[in-house]
Amino acid sequence: MPASKIKSYGDVSRVELDRRAFRKKQSKKSALISCVSLIAFASAIYLLLSNSTGWEKVRIAFFSPEYFLDALPVVFEGLLKNLQILIFAASGVAVLATLIAVVRTSRSAVLFPLRVLASVYTDIFRGLPMIIILYLIGFGIPGLRIFGRIDAGLLGTIAIIIGYSAYVAEVIRAGIEAIHPSQRAAARSLGLSHSQTMRIIILPQAIRKVVPALMNDFVSMQKDVGLVSVLGVIDAVRSAQIMVAKTYNFTPYIAAGLLFILLSLPFIRLTDWYTAKLRKREQMEGAV
Amino acid sequence: MMGGEPVLRLENIRKRYGKNEVLKGIDLSVFHHEVIALIGASGSGKSTLLKCVNLLENIDDGQIFLSGEDISDPRVDEDKIRGKIGIVFQNYNLFPHITVLDNVTLASKKVLKIPKAQAEEKGMELLSRIGIAQKAKVYPDQLSGGQQQRVALVRAIASNPEILLLDEITSALDPQLVGEVLDLVRELKEAQTTILMATHEMSFAKSVADEIVFLENGVVAEKGPPSQIFDHPEKQSTKDFLARLKA
Repeated sequence: MPASKIKSYGDVSRVELDRRAFRKKQSKKSALISCVSLIAFASAIYLLLSNSTGWEKVRIAFFSPEYFLDALPVVFEGLLKNLQILIFAASGVAVLATLIAVVRTSRSAVLFPLRVLASVYTDIFRGLPMIIILYLIGFGIPGLRIFGRIDAGLLGTIAIIIGYSAYVAEVIRAGIEAIHPSQRAAARSLGLSHSQTMRIIILPQAIRKVVPALMNDFVSMQKDVGLVSVLGVIDAVRSAQIMVAKTYNFTPYIAAGLLFILLSLPFIRLTDWYTAKLRKREQMEGAV
Repeated sequence: MMGGEPVLRLENIRKRYGKNEVLKGIDLSVFHHEVIALIGASGSGKSTLLKCVNLLENIDDGQIFLSGEDISDPRVDEDKIRGKIGIVFQNYNLFPHITVLDNVTLASKKVLKIPKAQAEEKGMELLSRIGIAQKAKVYPDQLSGGQQQRVALVRAIASNPEILLLDEITSALDPQLVGEVLDLVRELKEAQTTILMATHEMSFAKSVADEIVFLENGVVAEKGPPSQIFDHPEKQSTKDFLARLKA
C-alpha cells in the first residue's frame, strides 16, 4: 500500500503509518507461512508412521485404549507414591544443598575438613549415574544389617536427596559467588556477623539469582523420582511394569508417562513465567 | 575542639598488597565532632586507609585506636567494633533485596537488638529528614543514585557510630546529584558527627573539612586547615597536585 493512500490522523506521521501497515502485512504473511509449514510437517509424520509396515502392531502394543483405561487408576495410585517421595526429597535437597553450598564458599579454618568433604562429595555424586546411587543406597544400606528393615521408599528418597543435592549445591554456590563482594563488606561494616551476613544478606540474593536454574532441577527431579521403581517401590512406573508383565501390552507405560508429563507441566509453565518476569525486571533496571 | 582522647588515632599504619606497599606509615588523629578530608590522586591509599580502619583489610604494621581501644589487636570482637564505625562506599551498597526502611533499620535490629517498632520509628524519622519517607517501603533500585547514596548515609548513622567513614561517596554519581548528597554530609557535620572522608570534591572539602590531609604514595605529604592547604600549600607535591586539578 503506497504511503499516499493512508490517511494521516492525530499526530502520527505518514511515514509511521506506512511503517505500521508494512509490519501488519509482514506479520500476516509469517502467520500464513507458519500454518502451511505446520500442516506439511504433521502430514509427513502421519504418512511415515501409517505407511511403515510395523505401525499396526506398535499401535496395539503401545496405544491401545482398553489397556490405557484399565491402567490409568492403578498407575495414578502409584503416582501418589512418586509425589510423596518428591515432596520429601525436594525438602531434603533444599536443606542439604544449601548447607553444602555455604560450607564450600566459607573461608573459616574450622570448616576446612568439611569443605574438603563437600567438594569431594559434589565431585563424586555429580559424576555417578542416578541409578547406581539408587542401587548403592537401596541395596547397600540394608545389606549392612545395622538398622533392620527399612522401607524401600525411604531409601529411594535418601538416594535422590544425595544425588540431587550435589547438583543443586553447585547451582547455589554459583549464586553465592555472583553476589558482589561489596555487599558482604557493607553488611560487615554495619556490624553483622559472618553468619548473619550469610543468612540475611548473601543467601536471599544468591537464591533469587539462581531460581530459574533451581526450578529446572526440580522439573528434572519430578521425573527422576520414577527411578525408585528399581528398588521395588510400587510407584507409577512399577505399577505399570506389573501390568505389562501380566498382559504383554505396553500401554500402561504410556499411561505412566502421560501422568508424569501432566505432573510436570504446571511447574514448567511456572518456571517459564517466572523467568520471563525476572528478565523483564532486569531490563527495566537501567531505566531508573 | 582538640584535647582529650581522639575518637580515632592511627599510628604508623602500613599496608602491602604483595610487593606493592600502599600505606607506608600513616599517623593521623580524628577528634570529636571533627571532619577530616583525605585528598590525593587515585592510588595514593585513601580508600585502603578507610578499609583498614573499618577492619575490612588487615594492616601489616602499626596500631589503630578507636576511643583509646586498640582495634587492630586480633583479640578484639571485629563485629562489635564495626558496629561502632559507620562506612559509606563509592557504589551505594544498599541491600537490593530488602526495602529502604529495612536497609536503614537492619543494623539497629540485628546488631544493637533494638525492638522492631522502636528501630522503625527511628528509621522513618531519619528517612523524613532526607525527604524520602514516602519511599520507605520501596526497594533501593527504585531510587535515584543520589537518593540511594543519601539512604546509605542515613543507614550508616542509624546505629549511632562513633565515627563515620566516607569513601568517595559522590564519585559514582551524576554531577547534578552530587549536591544533594554533599548537602546531607554538611548537615551531618552540623549535627556534630565525627567524619573521616576520602574525596575528589575539592571545593566541598575546602568548605566542610576542619583539616585536609594530602596523601601521596602512601604517606601523609602535608596536612593542615583548608585555608593553608588550598591557598598556601608548603610542599611542592601538594602544589603540583592542586595545579593538576585546576588544569
